[in-house]
Amino acid sequence: VVQVTLRNPRRVLEVDGPMRVEALLNRLELNRESVLVIRNDTLVPGDAVLDDADEVEIRPVISGGSA
Amino acid sequence: VKCRVCRGPAVIDVRRHNANFCGEHFIDHCREQVRRAIDRFEMLSPGERVLVAVSGGKDSLALWDILVDLGYEADGLYLGLGIGEYSDASGDHARAFAATRGLHLVEVDLREDHGFDVPTGAKAARRAPCSACGLSKRHLFNTAALDGGYAAVATGHNLDDEAAVLFGNVLRWNTEYLGRQLPVLPERDGFPRKVKPLVRLTERETAAYCVVRGIDYLVDECPMAAGNRHLAYKEALNDIDVSSPGAKAAFYFEFLDKASHLFTSGTEANQDGLGECTSCGAPTTTEICAFCRLVERAAGAEPVPVRAPRRG
Repeated sequence: VVQVTLRNPRRVLEVDGPMRVEALLNRLELNRESVLVIRNDTLVPGDAVLDDADEVEIRPVISGGSA
Repeated sequence: VKCRVCRGPAVIDVRRHNANFCGEHFIDHCREQVRRAIDRFEMLSPGERVLVAVSGGKDSLALWDILVDLGYEADGLYLGLGIGEYSDASGDHARAFAATRGLHLVEVDLREDHGFDVPTGAKAARRAPCSACGLSKRHLFNTAALDGGYAAVATGHNLDDEAAVLFGNVLRWNTEYLGRQLPVLPERDGFPRKVKPLVRLTERETAAYCVVRGIDYLVDECPMAAGNRHLAYKEALNDIDVSSPGAKAAFYFEFLDKASHLFTSGTEANQDGLGECTSCGAPTTTEICAFCRLVERAAGAEPVPVRAPRRG
């Protein structure tokens, strides 16, 4: 599974890989303009594929926003 | 996707520019946007000393980093606002950034230097916390810039901030505020020049800049600002931008080009009635400036714990 960390409140979800970043954001109903997806301290673009065993953070970028 | 510049693997897409960038060229893109904003709006001249208002968040640290890279003599100003653990963490991030880059950080502490903190000041003056905080910050930025002989104060307001404020002011046709919503406010008696060099970058870009540059910023936002109205405006504008990339930027920049000049009269009229605060000497339209009135009410008041405000 892909481990996905979200903030405000902080929580961890597990989703089945492989999954494209865009598909993950759509599934979580998150606006791509409002978040960054980070894997191993590196930004991941929307068309990247997340594989099982990946750990990613979805970080809100709107001041005071949640993800 | 591939980087628009080098065709290497991209790490970010910037849809309003219809472009993807690798890390290196994304940094170039951000610097170029700041350089263009500074040139277009005549914010700073080469060699000028700039005081950067630093909170430890993504925008202010990205701004400081870029201004130094562009060759400006930029010092930081950190204000200790006394907002519990949030202020402790934000100060730590600001100090760590300055230390690792060998930059000079000026510090002012609201409680130590003026006898109150934001939660206490807000309650004592019966103001919203963001109002007491903003009032204090504006006053202390002005004072520190003038005392330190800086040519300008630079703040980390980004495109999302400016578009959201514009959106709110247009919704209510706050014409006086519309007249003041400019990326540069020129120096005038008692006020330093104020510049917003990040207006061509979105929050997503400033956050991404920090991640790519390895800048350790405070991700958590102020607990007292949670749920404020501008947050909802930002989300609404981002929803529009998803279906119409670039709409948010057009809304703001077309306002500057085509409409902002229509709303300047209120600001100019206010300048005519300015005198000096009898307590601190700051410019004000009343006998005692709003900050000194806040100090009078708040200093010595029983400290109030940090609590997220209830919003209707």
